[in-house]
Amino acid sequence: MRVGVITFPGSLDDRDALRAIKLAGGDAVSLWHGDHDLHGVDAIILPGGFSYGDYLRCGAIAAHSPIMSEVIDAANKGMPVLGICNGFQILVEAHLLAGGLIRNDHGTFIRRDQKIRVENVDTVWTSGYTQGQEITIPLKNGEGGFIADDETLKRLEGDGLVAFRYLEVNPNGSLNDIAGLRNARGNVVGLMPHPEHAVEPGFGPDTPAAMSSGTDGLAVFQSVLAAAVLS
Amino acid sequence: MTELIPDTVENATATPAKDQPYDLLGLKPDEYQQIRDILGRRPTSGELAMYSVMWSEHCSYKSSKVHLRQFGEKVTEAMTKNLMVGMGENAGVVDIGEGWAVTFKIESHNHPSYIEPFQGAATGIGGIVRDIISMGARPVAVMDALRFGAIDHPDTSRVVNGVVGGISFYGNCLGLPNIGGETWFDPVYQANPLVNALAVGALRHEDLHLANAKGVGNLVVLFGARTGGDGIGGASILASDTFAEGGPTKRPAVQVGDPFAEKVLIECCLELFAGDCVEGIQDLGAAGISCATSELASNGDGGMFITLDNVLLRDPTLTAEEILMSESQERMMAIVRPEMIDAFLAVTTKWDVEASVLGEVTDTGRLIIEWKGQTIVDVDPRTVAIDGPVYDRPMEYPTWLDALQADSPAKFARATDGDELKKQFLTVLGSPNEADTDWITNQYDYYVMGNTALHTPDGAGMIRIDEVSGLGVALATDANGRYCQLDPYIGAQLALVESYRNVASSGATPLAVSDCLNFGSPENPEVMWQFARAVEGLADGCLELGIPVTGGNVSFYNQTGDVPIHPTPVVAVMGSIDNVARRLPSGWQDDGENLYLLGVTADELGGSAWAGSVHDHLGGIPPRVDFTAEKDLAGLLGAAAHEGIVTCAVDLGTGGFIRAVADGVLRFGVGARVWIDEIVSRDGVDATAALFSETQARALVSVAREDDVKFRGLCDGRHVPVLRVGVTDKRSGELEVQGLFSIEIDQMRSVHRGTLPAHFGPVVGG
Repeated sequence: MRVGVITFPGSLDDRDALRAIKLAGGDAVSLWHGDHDLHGVDAIILPGGFSYGDYLRCGAIAAHSPIMSEVIDAANKGMPVLGICNGFQILVEAHLLAGGLIRNDHGTFIRRDQKIRVENVDTVWTSGYTQGQEITIPLKNGEGGFIADDETLKRLEGDGLVAFRYLEVNPNGSLNDIAGLRNARGNVVGLMPHPEHAVEPGFGPDTPAAMSSGTDGLAVFQSVLAAAVLS
Repeated sequence: MTELIPDTVENATATPAKDQPYDLLGLKPDEYQQIRDILGRRPTSGELAMYSVMWSEHCSYKSSKVHLRQFGEKVTEAMTKNLMVGMGENAGVVDIGEGWAVTFKIESHNHPSYIEPFQGAATGIGGIVRDIISMGARPVAVMDALRFGAIDHPDTSRVVNGVVGGISFYGNCLGLPNIGGETWFDPVYQANPLVNALAVGALRHEDLHLANAKGVGNLVVLFGARTGGDGIGGASILASDTFAEGGPTKRPAVQVGDPFAEKVLIECCLELFAGDCVEGIQDLGAAGISCATSELASNGDGGMFITLDNVLLRDPTLTAEEILMSESQERMMAIVRPEMIDAFLAVTTKWDVEASVLGEVTDTGRLIIEWKGQTIVDVDPRTVAIDGPVYDRPMEYPTWLDALQADSPAKFARATDGDELKKQFLTVLGSPNEADTDWITNQYDYYVMGNTALHTPDGAGMIRIDEVSGLGVALATDANGRYCQLDPYIGAQLALVESYRNVASSGATPLAVSDCLNFGSPENPEVMWQFARAVEGLADGCLELGIPVTGGNVSFYNQTGDVPIHPTPVVAVMGSIDNVARRLPSGWQDDGENLYLLGVTADELGGSAWAGSVHDHLGGIPPRVDFTAEKDLAGLLGAAAHEGIVTCAVDLGTGGFIRAVADGVLRFGVGARVWIDEIVSRDGVDATAALFSETQARALVSVAREDDVKFRGLCDGRHVPVLRVGVTDKRSGELEVQGLFSIEIDQMRSVHRGTLPAHFGPVVGG
């Protein structure tokens, strides 16, 4: 399976996402924001970073970059699309996911190993987890506070569209401790924490067993590869 | 808009008596006369601008050069055999094997960070990262060594929040992991914080690039951000003068950074290198275009012709002098073969980076700059960039030093009972300089790039360079201004061995040094003496350890009013490790492992954390340095890591043995039972010294029981003194110092973690 990772100007975790796909056993393909071409990939990842310097609003400019018209088309046709951190912000700005992301309530950038719960496993990006599984993956953002109006929030909760929820510590003031969302179809998922930083022993979060051995994020990438095999 | 009339060479020749504001630009009368003698006429205003910034202390090293030569002289062949590029280029380059090379450098951005802490610190990161790109390397990590005023001073929070916010903002947006550094608080830095930023980059041997303009007819291209009015005169006026009370605000001389522009510039440069589009390259930092053109020309074929009108401007009203002096960030200058210019511009266009051809390389031996059709600069570039003034400034042994050294902490009564020692332990553990810095470091991303093998709070940062073989590098920075105040020669060596030991404790082999020498005014003979002694100590120390200084930076004029900072030579040591999987963290994670103390303990508390935090005292003499013992210890740690027979190593530094034990416990929250009886009996010291002495060449390691015999054998074979001093304990949830005191890990943690948040605000999830 070929999974594309889009590099926007200011993308930072694109190389990490490419590595995560390879470690999960997929073919990783670099995509360029300025192309109107998905190069025949089967799934797409919008990586973390500060696309276009996050000027205007996080993800707002990237949501209008050339390749996004193809991404939106493909997503609406059911192609798996994952947005991580800045990628999540881009998906929200592109109206593929609901709500908005604002400056952390405490006002500063925060990097921590974050415990989250997988709230929904009926998506192509979370099927490899068990319902309610608690995982720890890195979080690092300055503008990760999830917001939505009451009605939207009620719909997200009611329709089971919350994909991940913060546990123990809400690191940025997100409403309902929401860490990530899915769309109704289950092919589009976005989250603020970084599964691609918890895929390789020795370079992930510390665990009680061993330093930097956390690989709780790997199942995100394995999920989409497994979904492709099934389909 | 009034018409800007350039001061041409013709005009300068015709009007020799014209009054020129050389003093406002930071030049002394004799320096101005020297420029007139070189040119045989008065300089044009453009030339004066160039000379003034390039002859500033910051750019010319005019007061330090005569001392820094030692770094080049006190070397052996063995020390330079892995050195691909030494001092004098943008950054040193070291061969680490497997076709890989590493370039690293530490640099100061002190004065801007006091005036405008956020932008000052941010552009400090930006500047050092561009030095790394200039060598042809991909930047792979940053670190920072910070010094602030007293933690409880009302202004400290402003500076801390600004500096940390600036580093966080810029470094995180660049996508570079911040893997370590250090933070100290001391009133001597109150109105003069130190912000020293380190960057490290990796490159294949064949990708090495240098800053020279060779090949007559090759094009000179300026690319990156547009040139604006920010940072004008930053080098000459800011970095080379002290903050006079009541003087005009210097805010306009601080540059403003745009990390997005720099991130794009990094990727753009790497693609240019890969496409072989670049012959020579230089970043624009201090002194902007003046520096880049004169240095590139000096290091190449010697001549260059530039049309200044071709510089893309953010502000069209800038004068020629301002364009020459502007320190606008995120700019680079490249030398490009004419046949490659289309390929070059295709890459810059792809990255939406603006570029303009300013001129070409010549063999005239002159740097000629035209503006509006007239020649405004016609100089020998070497007189600007290389052959500036050199001062052998007067030095004086400080009048106060003998009294300070005589005031030994031996005068303080020593505690004998456990309760008192426990109280002192907690005082040290929670003191601002020993406290947990996670309030700072959890604003930094250390995950990005996916190659970070060690990071804060481990004693060294470590990055994997080769994803297949696991080859990596470790880095640590250290400086102890308190030791240096007591003895700058020994103090500089102590910074070196501490940093060396930190790298060795990670399992890596120390290879090279970069230094950032922060001192007061060189015009103060006592400061100059401190500087000379520190450089001598560092050069002698590097020779003893067999690792070369590859580059660095000098920052003078760090003082407020007449009071200089403590001499603060920050020493960064870089080492390599065959496979980062063999790295050693600064703490134990498993139950029932033996804890061993390597090295011997003497009663050395002068300048110690114990003296400072328990007795508010600075006096006496700092710990002795024993290079042979350091080398033996480093060799042992490297071998033990390689063979996988130790599970962690914590180097002993400030706070001594008990501080290292606390580090080991707090790293993973696993307790320990330790005893000091044998340290006391073998080394003839009391409990206070056993716990708090800062004797060098020591480390604490944990060893799984099955590796005990092998480990003892290794120590014997390498003649490193060893004592079993404890066992790890996963169940107790406490640290027990046998016969003296016990303390719960949670209480230790809250003391250790509470200090910074109490002054600067809560830690998220804290």
